[in-house]
Amino acid sequence: MATDNPLPPKTPPSPPPEKMVVRHKAYFLKKKDYPGLSLISFCLLLVLWECTGRFQWVPSLFLPAPSAVLVEGWAMIKTGMMFKHLLASLSRILWGFLIACSLGLVIGLLIGSFRFFEAIGNPIIAATFPIPKIAILPLLILWLGIGEAPKVAVIVLGVFFPMVINVYTGVKNVDPLLIKAALSLGSTRTRIICKVIFPSILPMIFAGMKLGMGIALLLVVAAEMVGADAGIGFMIMNAADLMQTQKLMVGLVMLSLLGIFFNWLFERLERMVIPWKK
Amino acid sequence: MRVLIEHLTKHYLDRRGAATEALEDINLAVEENEFVAVVGPSGCGKSTLLNLIAGLLSPTSGQVIFEGKKNSSQPQTAVVFQDFALFPWRTVYKNIIFGLEERGASHAEQQEIGRKYIQMVCLQGFEQKYPHQLSGGMKQRVSIARALAMDPLLLLMDEPFSALDAQTRTLMQYELSRIWEETRKSFLYITHNIEEAVFLGDRVVVLSRRPGRILDIVDIDLPRPRGEDLTLGKTFLDYVDRIWRQIKDQAREALEDKGDGDG
Repeated sequence: MATDNPLPPKTPPSPPPEKMVVRHKAYFLKKKDYPGLSLISFCLLLVLWECTGRFQWVPSLFLPAPSAVLVEGWAMIKTGMMFKHLLASLSRILWGFLIACSLGLVIGLLIGSFRFFEAIGNPIIAATFPIPKIAILPLLILWLGIGEAPKVAVIVLGVFFPMVINVYTGVKNVDPLLIKAALSLGSTRTRIICKVIFPSILPMIFAGMKLGMGIALLLVVAAEMVGADAGIGFMIMNAADLMQTQKLMVGLVMLSLLGIFFNWLFERLERMVIPWKK
Repeated sequence: MRVLIEHLTKHYLDRRGAATEALEDINLAVEENEFVAVVGPSGCGKSTLLNLIAGLLSPTSGQVIFEGKKNSSQPQTAVVFQDFALFPWRTVYKNIIFGLEERGASHAEQQEIGRKYIQMVCLQGFEQKYPHQLSGGMKQRVSIARALAMDPLLLLMDEPFSALDAQTRTLMQYELSRIWEETRKSFLYITHNIEEAVFLGDRVVVLSRRPGRILDIVDIDLPRPRGEDLTLGKTFLDYVDRIWRQIKDQAREALEDKGDGDG
Protein backbone atom coordinates (compact mmCIF):
# COMPACT_ATOMS: atom_id res chain seq x y z
CA MET A 1 0.00 0.00 0.00
CA ALA A 2 1.54 3.23 -1.10
CA THR A 3 1.10 6.12 1.19
CA ASP A 4 2.66 9.44 0.64
CA ASN A 5 3.89 9.90 4.13
CA PRO A 6 6.39 12.77 3.98
CA LEU A 7 8.17 11.55 7.10
CA PRO A 8 10.78 8.83 6.76
CA PRO A 9 9.83 5.62 8.45
CA LYS A 10 10.50 5.81 12.12
CA THR A 11 13.60 3.93 13.17
CA PRO A 12 14.31 2.99 16.72
CA PRO A 13 16.79 5.43 18.32
CA SER A 14 20.22 4.36 17.21
CA PRO A 15 22.49 3.04 19.94
CA PRO A 16 25.24 5.44 21.04
CA PRO A 17 28.24 5.14 18.68
CA GLU A 18 30.92 2.81 19.81
CA LYS A 19 34.09 4.59 20.87
CA MET A 20 37.40 3.08 19.98
CA VAL A 21 40.39 4.74 21.59
CA VAL A 22 43.63 4.57 19.64
CA ARG A 23 46.07 2.38 21.51
CA HIS A 24 49.79 2.94 21.48
CA LYS A 25 51.10 0.02 19.47
CA ALA A 26 54.76 0.91 19.60
CA TYR A 27 54.94 0.94 23.39
CA PHE A 28 57.72 -1.64 23.48
CA LEU A 29 59.97 0.54 21.34
CA LYS A 30 60.09 3.13 24.07
CA LYS A 31 63.20 2.74 26.10
CA LYS A 32 62.49 1.65 29.61
CA ASP A 33 65.03 2.13 32.35
CA TYR A 34 65.62 -0.37 35.08
CA PRO A 35 67.47 1.81 37.55
CA GLY A 36 69.90 -0.10 39.69
CA LEU A 37 69.16 -3.46 38.11
CA SER A 38 72.67 -3.79 36.70
CA LEU A 39 74.20 -3.19 40.08
CA ILE A 40 71.81 -5.47 41.91
CA SER A 41 72.24 -8.39 39.53
CA PHE A 42 76.00 -8.01 39.63
CA CYS A 43 76.01 -7.99 43.42
CA LEU A 44 73.69 -10.99 43.50
CA LEU A 45 76.11 -12.91 41.31
CA LEU A 46 78.95 -12.04 43.69
CA VAL A 47 76.90 -13.15 46.68
CA LEU A 48 76.03 -16.43 44.97
CA TRP A 49 79.68 -16.97 44.15
CA GLU A 50 80.65 -16.23 47.74
CA CYS A 51 78.09 -18.79 48.92
CA THR A 52 79.62 -21.50 46.76
CA GLY A 53 82.78 -21.09 48.80
CA ARG A 54 81.24 -20.41 52.22
CA PHE A 55 78.94 -23.42 52.15
CA GLN A 56 81.43 -25.64 50.36
CA TRP A 57 79.12 -26.17 47.39
CA VAL A 58 82.22 -26.22 45.26
CA PRO A 59 85.67 -27.05 46.64
CA SER A 60 87.66 -23.84 46.92
CA LEU A 61 90.48 -25.44 44.99
CA PHE A 62 88.28 -25.22 41.89
CA LEU A 63 86.47 -21.99 42.64
CA PRO A 64 87.72 -19.85 45.50
CA ALA A 65 85.24 -17.38 46.96
CA PRO A 66 85.55 -13.74 45.95
CA SER A 67 86.55 -12.80 49.47
CA ALA A 68 89.45 -15.25 49.28
CA VAL A 69 90.47 -13.80 45.92
CA LEU A 70 90.34 -10.33 47.43
CA VAL A 71 92.52 -11.35 50.36
CA GLU A 72 95.02 -12.95 48.01
CA GLY A 73 95.02 -9.83 45.84
CA TRP A 74 95.68 -7.61 48.83
CA ALA A 75 98.55 -9.84 49.86
CA MET A 76 100.02 -9.62 46.36
CA ILE A 77 99.78 -5.85 46.43
CA LYS A 78 101.61 -5.74 49.74
CA THR A 79 104.43 -7.99 48.57
CA GLY A 80 104.72 -5.97 45.34
CA MET A 81 104.16 -9.07 43.23
CA MET A 82 101.07 -7.67 41.61
CA PHE A 83 102.84 -4.50 40.62
CA LYS A 84 105.73 -6.43 39.13
CA HIS A 85 103.52 -8.63 36.94
CA LEU A 86 101.25 -5.77 35.96
CA LEU A 87 104.19 -3.60 34.94
CA ALA A 88 105.74 -6.39 32.89
CA SER A 89 102.52 -7.00 30.96
CA LEU A 90 101.70 -3.30 30.58
CA SER A 91 105.05 -2.37 29.13
CA ARG A 92 104.78 -5.14 26.52
CA ILE A 93 101.26 -4.05 25.65
CA LEU A 94 102.12 -0.37 25.40
CA TRP A 95 105.20 -0.86 23.24
CA GLY A 96 103.44 -3.27 20.94
CA PHE A 97 100.35 -1.13 20.80
CA LEU A 98 102.18 2.10 20.02
CA ILE A 99 104.30 0.56 17.28
CA ALA A 100 101.31 -1.24 15.74
CA CYS A 101 99.04 1.80 15.79
CA SER A 102 101.62 4.05 14.16
CA LEU A 103 102.42 1.47 11.50
CA GLY A 104 98.75 0.70 10.92
CA LEU A 105 97.88 4.36 10.56
CA VAL A 106 100.64 5.19 8.11
CA ILE A 107 100.23 2.06 5.99
CA GLY A 108 96.43 2.31 6.09
CA LEU A 109 96.56 5.90 4.87
CA LEU A 110 98.99 4.98 2.11
CA ILE A 111 97.11 1.99 0.74
CA GLY A 112 93.80 3.81 1.13
CA SER A 113 94.92 6.96 -0.64
CA PHE A 114 97.18 5.72 -3.42
CA ARG A 115 96.29 3.03 -5.92
CA PHE A 116 99.97 2.18 -6.22
CA PHE A 117 100.30 1.18 -2.57
CA GLU A 118 96.88 -0.41 -2.62
CA ALA A 119 97.96 -2.78 -5.38
CA ILE A 120 101.06 -3.77 -3.39
CA GLY A 121 99.59 -3.86 0.09
CA ASN A 122 96.19 -5.43 -0.35
CA PRO A 123 97.23 -8.97 -1.32
CA ILE A 124 99.91 -9.06 1.38
CA ILE A 125 97.41 -8.05 4.03
CA ALA A 126 94.76 -10.42 2.71
CA ALA A 127 97.24 -13.32 2.89
CA THR A 128 98.66 -12.61 6.35
CA PHE A 129 95.56 -11.34 8.14
CA PRO A 130 93.85 -14.74 8.55
CA ILE A 131 96.83 -16.34 10.34
CA PRO A 132 96.15 -16.45 14.09
CA LYS A 133 98.95 -14.28 15.38
CA ILE A 134 99.74 -16.60 18.27
CA ALA A 135 100.69 -19.23 15.70
CA ILE A 136 103.50 -16.96 14.55
CA LEU A 137 104.96 -16.73 18.06
CA PRO A 138 107.20 -19.81 17.69
CA LEU A 139 108.64 -18.33 14.52
CA LEU A 140 109.14 -15.00 16.25
CA ILE A 141 110.94 -16.72 19.13
CA LEU A 142 113.12 -18.49 16.60
CA TRP A 143 114.00 -15.16 15.02
CA LEU A 144 114.13 -12.87 18.02
CA GLY A 145 115.09 -15.11 20.94
CA ILE A 146 113.11 -15.56 24.11
CA GLY A 147 113.37 -12.05 25.55
CA GLU A 148 110.92 -9.19 25.30
CA ALA A 149 111.19 -8.82 21.54
CA PRO A 150 108.99 -11.74 20.38
CA LYS A 151 106.29 -10.84 22.93
CA VAL A 152 106.17 -7.25 21.77
CA ALA A 153 106.36 -8.39 18.16
CA VAL A 154 103.38 -10.69 18.44
CA ILE A 155 101.34 -7.83 19.93
CA VAL A 156 102.49 -5.57 17.11
CA LEU A 157 101.22 -8.13 14.61
CA GLY A 158 97.94 -8.57 16.41
CA VAL A 159 97.15 -4.88 16.79
CA PHE A 160 98.45 -3.87 13.37
CA PHE A 161 95.75 -5.67 11.39
CA PRO A 162 92.59 -4.24 12.93
CA MET A 163 94.25 -0.84 12.80
CA VAL A 164 95.37 -0.98 9.19
CA ILE A 165 92.07 -2.47 8.03
CA ASN A 166 90.04 0.13 9.90
CA VAL A 167 92.12 3.00 8.58
CA TYR A 168 91.96 1.64 5.04
CA THR A 169 88.19 1.15 5.20
CA GLY A 170 87.84 4.62 6.69
CA VAL A 171 89.83 6.22 3.90
CA LYS A 172 87.78 4.39 1.30
CA ASN A 173 84.58 5.69 2.89
CA VAL A 174 85.51 9.35 3.22
CA ASP A 175 82.67 11.46 1.81
CA PRO A 176 83.83 12.23 -1.76
CA LEU A 177 81.93 15.50 -1.57
CA LEU A 178 84.29 16.73 1.15
CA ILE A 179 87.26 15.87 -1.04
CA LYS A 180 85.67 17.74 -3.93
CA ALA A 181 85.00 20.69 -1.63
CA ALA A 182 88.63 20.75 -0.50
CA LEU A 183 89.81 20.53 -4.11
CA SER A 184 87.59 23.42 -5.08
CA LEU A 185 89.05 25.37 -2.15
CA GLY A 186 92.55 24.88 -3.46
CA SER A 187 93.84 21.85 -1.51
CA THR A 188 96.53 19.65 -2.98
CA ARG A 189 96.43 15.88 -2.71
CA THR A 190 98.75 15.61 0.28
CA ARG A 191 96.96 18.45 2.05
CA ILE A 192 93.70 16.57 1.56
CA ILE A 193 95.15 13.54 3.33
CA CYS A 194 96.06 15.69 6.35
CA LYS A 195 93.11 18.05 6.41
CA VAL A 196 90.18 15.98 5.14
CA ILE A 197 90.96 12.27 5.24
CA PHE A 198 92.70 12.14 8.60
CA PRO A 199 89.99 13.95 10.58
CA SER A 200 87.32 12.00 8.69
CA ILE A 201 88.71 8.66 9.79
CA LEU A 202 89.37 9.54 13.45
CA PRO A 203 86.30 7.57 14.61
CA MET A 204 87.56 4.56 12.66
CA ILE A 205 91.01 4.96 14.22
CA PHE A 206 89.49 4.85 17.68
CA ALA A 207 87.40 1.82 16.77
CA GLY A 208 90.60 0.14 15.56
CA MET A 209 92.40 1.05 18.77
CA LYS A 210 89.64 -0.44 20.92
CA LEU A 211 89.62 -3.65 18.89
CA GLY A 212 93.40 -3.73 18.97
CA MET A 213 93.60 -3.35 22.73
CA GLY A 214 91.34 -6.37 23.20
CA ILE A 215 93.65 -8.39 20.98
CA ALA A 216 96.73 -7.04 22.74
CA LEU A 217 95.44 -8.27 26.12
CA LEU A 218 94.76 -11.68 24.64
CA LEU A 219 98.16 -11.95 23.00
CA VAL A 220 100.21 -10.68 25.89
CA VAL A 221 98.73 -13.34 28.16
CA ALA A 222 99.28 -16.06 25.57
CA ALA A 223 102.85 -15.00 24.92
CA GLU A 224 103.65 -14.83 28.63
CA MET A 225 102.28 -18.31 29.10
CA VAL A 226 104.67 -19.71 26.54
CA GLY A 227 107.84 -18.35 28.04
CA ALA A 228 108.31 -15.52 30.51
CA ASP A 229 109.39 -14.90 34.06
CA ALA A 230 106.95 -12.09 34.75
CA GLY A 231 103.63 -10.81 33.57
CA ILE A 232 99.99 -11.59 34.21
CA GLY A 233 100.03 -14.53 31.81
CA PHE A 234 103.08 -16.00 33.54
CA MET A 235 101.47 -15.41 36.91
CA ILE A 236 98.31 -17.25 35.91
CA MET A 237 100.20 -20.17 34.40
CA ASN A 238 102.49 -20.40 37.40
CA ALA A 239 99.58 -20.28 39.85
CA ALA A 240 97.82 -23.04 37.94
CA ASP A 241 100.91 -25.23 38.06
CA LEU A 242 101.11 -24.76 41.83
CA MET A 243 97.34 -25.22 42.30
CA GLN A 244 97.07 -21.70 43.73
CA THR A 245 93.62 -21.05 42.40
CA GLN A 246 93.16 -17.80 44.34
CA LYS A 247 96.24 -16.36 42.70
CA LEU A 248 94.99 -17.50 39.32
CA MET A 249 91.69 -15.75 39.95
CA VAL A 250 93.51 -12.56 40.93
CA GLY A 251 95.11 -12.66 37.49
CA LEU A 252 91.73 -12.97 35.80
CA VAL A 253 90.32 -10.07 37.78
CA MET A 254 93.35 -7.97 36.86
CA LEU A 255 92.74 -8.72 33.18
CA SER A 256 89.09 -7.79 33.48
CA LEU A 257 89.96 -4.52 35.20
CA LEU A 258 92.63 -3.76 32.60
CA GLY A 259 90.12 -4.26 29.80
CA ILE A 260 87.58 -2.02 31.48
CA PHE A 261 90.21 0.62 32.14
CA PHE A 262 91.44 0.75 28.55
CA ASN A 263 87.90 0.92 27.20
CA TRP A 264 87.12 3.81 29.52
CA LEU A 265 90.37 5.53 28.55
CA PHE A 266 89.66 5.29 24.83
CA GLU A 267 86.10 6.53 25.26
CA ARG A 268 87.41 9.54 27.16
CA LEU A 269 90.13 10.19 24.60
CA GLU A 270 87.67 9.87 21.75
CA ARG A 271 85.34 12.44 23.24
CA MET A 272 88.28 14.78 23.78
CA VAL A 273 89.70 14.38 20.29
CA ILE A 274 86.40 14.33 18.38
CA PRO A 275 84.40 17.19 19.87
CA TRP A 276 82.28 17.54 16.72
CA LYS A 277 80.74 14.10 17.16
CA LYS A 278 77.08 14.40 18.06
CA MET B 1 87.42 38.63 -16.47
CA ARG B 2 85.12 36.75 -18.82
CA VAL B 3 84.50 33.07 -18.66
CA LEU B 4 84.10 31.40 -22.02
CA ILE B 5 82.53 28.01 -22.32
CA GLU B 6 83.32 26.66 -25.76
CA HIS B 7 81.74 23.63 -27.40
CA LEU B 8 81.62 21.88 -24.07
CA THR B 9 80.51 18.25 -24.45
CA LYS B 10 80.47 15.48 -21.90
CA HIS B 11 79.67 11.84 -22.51
CA TYR B 12 79.68 9.32 -19.69
CA LEU B 13 80.60 5.72 -20.31
CA ASP B 14 78.72 3.16 -18.29
CA ARG B 15 80.11 -0.20 -17.26
CA ARG B 16 79.17 -1.84 -20.53
CA GLY B 17 80.90 0.94 -22.41
CA ALA B 18 77.69 2.54 -23.68
CA ALA B 19 77.90 6.32 -23.83
CA THR B 20 75.39 8.60 -22.15
CA GLU B 21 75.44 12.07 -23.56
CA ALA B 22 75.14 14.44 -20.63
CA LEU B 23 75.99 17.71 -22.35
CA GLU B 24 76.14 18.55 -26.04
CA ASP B 25 78.01 21.52 -27.45
CA ILE B 26 77.45 24.14 -24.76
CA ASN B 27 78.59 27.63 -25.73
CA LEU B 28 78.23 30.38 -23.20
CA ALA B 29 80.05 33.43 -21.91
CA VAL B 30 79.73 34.69 -18.37
CA GLU B 31 80.61 38.37 -18.31
CA GLU B 32 82.38 40.09 -15.46
CA ASN B 33 80.04 40.84 -12.53
CA GLU B 34 77.22 38.94 -14.12
CA PHE B 35 74.77 36.63 -12.39
CA VAL B 36 73.94 33.79 -14.76
CA ALA B 37 71.34 31.26 -13.70
CA VAL B 38 71.16 27.90 -15.45
CA VAL B 39 67.81 26.17 -15.32
CA GLY B 40 66.71 22.88 -16.79
CA PRO B 41 64.62 19.79 -16.17
CA SER B 42 66.04 17.01 -14.04
CA GLY B 43 68.66 14.98 -15.83
CA CYS B 44 69.81 17.76 -18.13
CA GLY B 45 73.41 17.70 -16.99
CA LYS B 46 73.30 20.94 -15.02
CA SER B 47 75.58 19.58 -12.33
CA THR B 48 77.85 18.10 -14.96
CA LEU B 49 78.23 21.56 -16.45
CA LEU B 50 79.16 23.01 -13.08
CA ASN B 51 81.65 20.24 -12.33
CA LEU B 52 83.28 20.78 -15.72
CA ILE B 53 83.68 24.49 -15.07
CA ALA B 54 85.02 23.80 -11.57
CA GLY B 55 87.62 21.40 -12.99
CA LEU B 56 86.16 18.51 -11.02
CA LEU B 57 85.37 16.59 -14.24
CA SER B 58 87.11 16.43 -17.57
CA PRO B 59 85.13 17.29 -20.69
CA THR B 60 84.83 14.87 -23.60
CA SER B 61 85.49 17.81 -25.86
CA GLY B 62 85.47 21.58 -25.69
CA GLN B 63 86.99 23.78 -23.04
CA VAL B 64 86.44 26.42 -20.41
CA ILE B 65 88.57 29.52 -20.64
CA PHE B 66 89.08 32.39 -18.21
CA GLU B 67 89.89 35.43 -20.34
CA GLY B 68 91.48 38.57 -18.98
CA LYS B 69 94.26 39.74 -16.71
CA LYS B 70 94.99 37.31 -13.93
CA ASN B 71 95.40 38.44 -10.37
CA SER B 72 97.73 35.85 -8.89
CA SER B 73 95.95 35.13 -5.63
CA GLN B 74 92.50 34.72 -7.11
CA PRO B 75 91.44 31.14 -7.85
CA GLN B 76 89.34 30.57 -10.93
CA THR B 77 86.33 29.12 -9.19
CA ALA B 78 84.88 28.22 -5.83
CA VAL B 79 81.87 25.97 -5.45
CA VAL B 80 78.84 26.07 -3.17
CA PHE B 81 77.45 22.54 -3.11
CA GLN B 82 73.87 21.44 -2.70
CA ASP B 83 74.64 19.38 0.40
CA PHE B 84 76.80 22.10 1.97
CA ALA B 85 79.94 19.93 2.09
CA LEU B 86 81.10 21.57 5.31
CA PHE B 87 83.95 19.95 7.21
CA PRO B 88 82.23 18.57 10.31
CA TRP B 89 85.41 18.76 12.42
CA ARG B 90 85.86 22.47 11.76
CA THR B 91 83.96 25.26 13.42
CA VAL B 92 82.06 27.80 11.35
CA TYR B 93 85.03 30.15 11.40
CA LYS B 94 87.52 27.41 10.55
CA ASN B 95 85.34 26.24 7.68
CA ILE B 96 85.18 29.73 6.23
CA ILE B 97 88.93 30.26 6.32
CA PHE B 98 89.76 26.80 4.91
CA GLY B 99 90.54 28.13 1.45
CA LEU B 100 92.61 30.96 2.89
CA GLU B 101 94.73 28.46 4.82
CA GLU B 102 95.29 26.47 1.66
CA ARG B 103 96.33 29.64 -0.16
CA GLY B 104 98.84 30.38 2.60
CA ALA B 105 97.24 33.62 3.70
CA SER B 106 98.67 35.19 6.85
CA HIS B 107 96.89 34.75 10.16
CA ALA B 108 95.84 38.39 10.22
CA GLU B 109 94.48 38.18 6.69
CA GLN B 110 92.52 35.04 7.55
CA GLN B 111 90.94 36.79 10.50
CA GLU B 112 90.11 39.92 8.57
CA ILE B 113 88.56 38.13 5.62
CA GLY B 114 86.87 35.58 7.85
CA ARG B 115 85.23 38.29 9.91
CA LYS B 116 84.12 40.18 6.81
CA TYR B 117 82.27 37.23 5.32
CA ILE B 118 80.84 36.02 8.62
CA GLN B 119 79.29 39.45 8.84
CA MET B 120 78.08 39.35 5.25
CA VAL B 121 76.19 36.10 5.76
CA CYS B 122 74.96 37.21 9.22
CA LEU B 123 76.62 34.47 11.26
CA GLN B 124 78.10 36.64 14.01
CA GLY B 125 78.00 34.75 17.29
CA PHE B 126 78.17 31.35 15.60
CA GLU B 127 81.89 31.39 14.77
CA GLN B 128 82.77 28.66 17.25
CA LYS B 129 79.83 26.35 16.51
CA TYR B 130 80.26 23.08 14.66
CA PRO B 131 78.19 22.40 11.52
CA HIS B 132 76.01 19.78 13.21
CA GLN B 133 74.83 22.48 15.61
CA LEU B 134 73.47 24.62 12.76
CA SER B 135 70.22 24.58 10.78
CA GLY B 136 70.27 23.86 7.06
CA GLY B 137 69.97 27.52 6.14
CA MET B 138 72.87 28.46 8.38
CA LYS B 139 75.01 25.65 7.01
CA GLN B 140 74.49 26.96 3.51
CA ARG B 141 75.43 30.46 4.66
CA VAL B 142 78.71 29.05 5.94
CA SER B 143 79.26 27.35 2.62
CA ILE B 144 78.56 30.57 0.74
CA ALA B 145 80.91 32.54 2.99
CA ARG B 146 83.59 29.89 2.55
CA ALA B 147 83.37 30.19 -1.23
CA LEU B 148 83.23 33.99 -1.18
CA ALA B 149 86.27 34.18 1.11
CA MET B 150 88.29 32.59 -1.69
CA ASP B 151 87.50 35.62 -3.83
CA PRO B 152 87.17 33.44 -6.94
CA LEU B 153 86.87 34.83 -10.45
CA LEU B 154 83.63 32.89 -10.82
CA LEU B 155 81.46 31.62 -8.00
CA LEU B 156 79.68 28.38 -8.85
CA MET B 157 76.54 27.34 -7.03
CA ASP B 158 75.04 23.89 -7.53
CA GLU B 159 71.37 23.98 -6.49
CA PRO B 160 72.49 25.47 -3.19
CA PHE B 161 69.03 25.82 -1.70
CA SER B 162 67.34 22.62 -2.81
CA ALA B 163 68.20 20.81 0.41
CA LEU B 164 66.35 23.52 2.37
CA ASP B 165 62.67 23.73 3.21
CA ALA B 166 60.55 26.02 1.03
CA GLN B 167 60.34 28.90 3.48
CA THR B 168 64.01 28.95 4.30
CA ARG B 169 64.71 28.67 0.61
CA THR B 170 62.72 31.81 -0.20
CA LEU B 171 64.51 33.76 2.51
CA MET B 172 67.88 32.54 1.34
CA GLN B 173 67.09 33.75 -2.18
CA TYR B 174 66.55 37.27 -0.88
CA GLU B 175 69.73 36.94 1.10
CA LEU B 176 71.75 35.74 -1.86
CA SER B 177 70.39 38.53 -4.01
CA ARG B 178 71.58 41.03 -1.40
CA ILE B 179 74.99 39.33 -1.16
CA TRP B 180 75.44 39.46 -4.90
CA GLU B 181 74.59 43.13 -4.94
CA GLU B 182 77.17 43.70 -2.21
CA THR B 183 79.93 41.74 -3.90
CA ARG B 184 79.07 42.05 -7.60
CA LYS B 185 81.05 38.97 -8.47
CA SER B 186 80.47 36.70 -11.43
CA PHE B 187 78.05 34.00 -10.34
CA LEU B 188 76.96 30.88 -12.15
CA TYR B 189 73.94 29.48 -10.42
CA ILE B 190 72.49 26.06 -11.20
CA THR B 191 68.88 25.38 -10.26
CA HIS B 192 65.78 23.51 -11.37
CA ASN B 193 63.56 26.22 -9.92
CA ILE B 194 62.48 28.71 -12.57
CA GLU B 195 61.26 31.40 -10.16
CA GLU B 196 64.58 31.23 -8.39
CA ALA B 197 66.49 31.56 -11.65
CA VAL B 198 64.46 34.58 -12.75
CA PHE B 199 64.57 36.21 -9.34
CA LEU B 200 68.33 35.96 -9.04
CA GLY B 201 69.70 36.07 -12.56
CA ASP B 202 70.75 38.78 -14.97
CA ARG B 203 70.44 36.09 -17.59
CA VAL B 204 68.78 32.72 -17.45
CA VAL B 205 70.20 29.89 -19.53
CA VAL B 206 67.57 27.26 -20.32
CA LEU B 207 68.93 23.75 -20.84
CA SER B 208 67.15 20.90 -22.57
CA ARG B 209 66.83 17.37 -21.34
CA ARG B 210 69.66 14.92 -21.86
CA PRO B 211 71.70 15.48 -23.81
CA GLY B 212 71.75 18.98 -22.33
CA ARG B 213 71.71 21.67 -24.99
CA ILE B 214 71.05 25.37 -24.60
CA LEU B 215 67.42 25.95 -25.58
CA ASP B 216 67.32 29.64 -24.86
CA ILE B 217 69.11 32.44 -23.08
CA VAL B 218 66.73 34.94 -21.50
CA ASP B 219 67.90 38.41 -20.44
CA ILE B 220 66.09 39.28 -17.25
CA ASP B 221 65.40 42.97 -17.28
CA LEU B 222 64.21 43.49 -13.74
CA PRO B 223 65.36 46.30 -11.46
CA ARG B 224 67.73 45.71 -8.60
CA PRO B 225 67.78 45.50 -5.66
CA ARG B 226 65.26 42.77 -6.04
CA GLY B 227 62.89 42.09 -3.20
CA GLU B 228 59.75 40.31 -2.26
CA ASP B 229 57.39 42.54 -4.28
CA LEU B 230 59.14 41.65 -7.48
CA THR B 231 57.90 38.07 -7.49
CA LEU B 232 54.30 39.26 -7.63
CA GLY B 233 54.73 41.59 -10.61
CA LYS B 234 53.60 40.81 -14.12
CA THR B 235 57.02 41.10 -15.77
CA PHE B 236 58.44 38.56 -13.37
CA LEU B 237 55.62 36.13 -13.97
CA ASP B 238 55.90 36.58 -17.73
CA TYR B 239 59.55 35.58 -17.62
CA VAL B 240 58.72 32.56 -15.50
CA ASP B 241 55.92 31.58 -17.84
CA ARG B 242 58.09 31.95 -20.92
CA ILE B 243 60.74 29.66 -19.49
CA TRP B 244 58.25 27.16 -18.12
CA ARG B 245 56.69 26.80 -21.59
CA GLN B 246 60.05 25.76 -22.96
CA ILE B 247 60.82 23.29 -20.23
CA LYS B 248 57.36 21.89 -19.54
CA ASP B 249 57.28 19.09 -22.10
CA GLN B 250 60.81 18.09 -21.37
CA ALA B 251 60.18 18.00 -17.65
CA ARG B 252 57.19 15.75 -18.29
CA GLU B 253 59.32 13.44 -20.38
CA ALA B 254 61.87 13.37 -17.59
CA LEU B 255 59.13 12.46 -15.15
CA GLU B 256 57.95 9.54 -17.27
CA ASP B 257 61.46 8.41 -17.93
CA LYS B 258 62.29 6.69 -14.70
CA GLY B 259 65.12 7.71 -12.49
CA ASP B 260 68.15 8.76 -14.44
CA GLY B 261 69.33 11.43 -12.09
CA ASP B 262 71.25 14.55 -12.76
CA GLY B 263 74.97 13.70 -12.84
